[in-house]
Amino acid sequence: MQEVKVLFMGSNFLRLLSGLWVTVRISLISIAFSLILGVLLGAVMTSKNRVVKVLCRVYLEIVRIMPQLVWLFIVFFGVTRLTGASFGGETSAVIVFTIWGAAEMGDLVRGAFEAIPRHQFESSLSLGLTKPQMYVHIIFPQALRNLLPNVINLATRMIKTTALVSIIGVTEVLKVGKQIIDANRFEFPNAAIWVYAAIFLMYFAICFPLSMISRAIIKKQRRGE
Amino acid sequence: MNVELNKSDEHIIDINGLTKQFGENAVLEGIDLSVSKGEVVVLIGPSGCGKSTLLRCLNGLEPIQSGTITLHGEPVVHGSKTLYKIRQKIGMVFQSYDLFPHLTVLKNIMLAPLKVQKRDKAEVEKSAMELLERVGLADKAKSYPAELSGGQKQRVAICRSLIMDPEIMLLDEITAALDPEMVHEVLNVVLDLAKNGTTMMIVTHEMAFAEAVADRIVFIDGGAIVEQGTPEEFFKHPKTERAEKFLKTFTYSK
Repeated sequence: MQEVKVLFMGSNFLRLLSGLWVTVRISLISIAFSLILGVLLGAVMTSKNRVVKVLCRVYLEIVRIMPQLVWLFIVFFGVTRLTGASFGGETSAVIVFTIWGAAEMGDLVRGAFEAIPRHQFESSLSLGLTKPQMYVHIIFPQALRNLLPNVINLATRMIKTTALVSIIGVTEVLKVGKQIIDANRFEFPNAAIWVYAAIFLMYFAICFPLSMISRAIIKKQRRGE
Repeated sequence: MNVELNKSDEHIIDINGLTKQFGENAVLEGIDLSVSKGEVVVLIGPSGCGKSTLLRCLNGLEPIQSGTITLHGEPVVHGSKTLYKIRQKIGMVFQSYDLFPHLTVLKNIMLAPLKVQKRDKAEVEKSAMELLERVGLADKAKSYPAELSGGQKQRVAICRSLIMDPEIMLLDEITAALDPEMVHEVLNVVLDLAKNGTTMMIVTHEMAFAEAVADRIVFIDGGAIVEQGTPEEFFKHPKTERAEKFLKTFTYSK
């Protein structure tokens, strides 16, 4: 139990929190870009043009098949080697997570629109709604309801995956944790369990509310399905 | 083929030489048909004969290859910019339950009059409730479509069209997806509309209902009107062999 105090020695806890802030910052920026680009990509993906469809599909599959870690290496090391342009660790992380997030988000947007039955469009039009009215009052609200839980799910996945960026030298919460453990290895050999427990709670504090929101939305939707 | 009608001579819909193709495939060929005010026209015919397609053309949901469709003299043209104005005067109910799932029953009905016709909210709510009362669903006003049975959803869909005060109602196999015990409650609503002088064009496979509700039966086969007449004429003494053959598919003998 003694080892718990490692967490509160010196500025350790503050350092963990600032590491957490790096995690949150990378996640938030990537999620924001992913949302914007993903909505655009999703709109493109619903296109009837076959070439456009195939291109989008190829992009999505390439992003999905390659592990995020490989992407981080490609952007952080590979791009520098090839072009000489060097991105910092955090910028590389944001680029990779945006490439990934936009692809997944695009597919979610496409799915949300394609899940709306053709008759929803036809009944709107036959009531005399104009196309913009149809989208505002009928199509977008339904697409959004399909979309929200999935988007939140994606966001929590992205937040958790940011743990990888410590490997390209970004000092986010996990990295700070390791530093604290290493610095206290001789004095408190069992501190690791407490540090990781603290990190676990920090991730939990961020992701759990998101899951709860998603669950609440799904529950509310049941009524109006 | 002249059919005597007690209805007014004022035409609501005029169809002249309508031809509709899906690719190479002609679905409707040279359809001429008019519907007078207050008249109930029932289209019957074998599956795939083009009757549903005809209704969809009337509402501009399908492009047509030749011919004209006019509503009170105004052309109905698929893809035209002013189509939405004409559609307000044409009520359409589909086979599938097509209520808007994210809105309550009351809001489903109120959406178009508020957003499209820009009518006063209190007045719209009052007439929405009156319509729900009329179809026996006033207590469901605050429910969501998912909480209703198929028959209840169709009755709400009828209200949603009626509140626009359309000049004609197009009903496209509205009971085809319903369980048998719910067909009755929906068709009773339609019979009630017919009694009150609503102009309607109905596609149905319920022959007993067609006989009861129709002023005129139009028998379509192979994309063309084969014969038409009053329900008595058509069901008791069909003039063509094709109609006779079609009607035989509804009777059974051991």
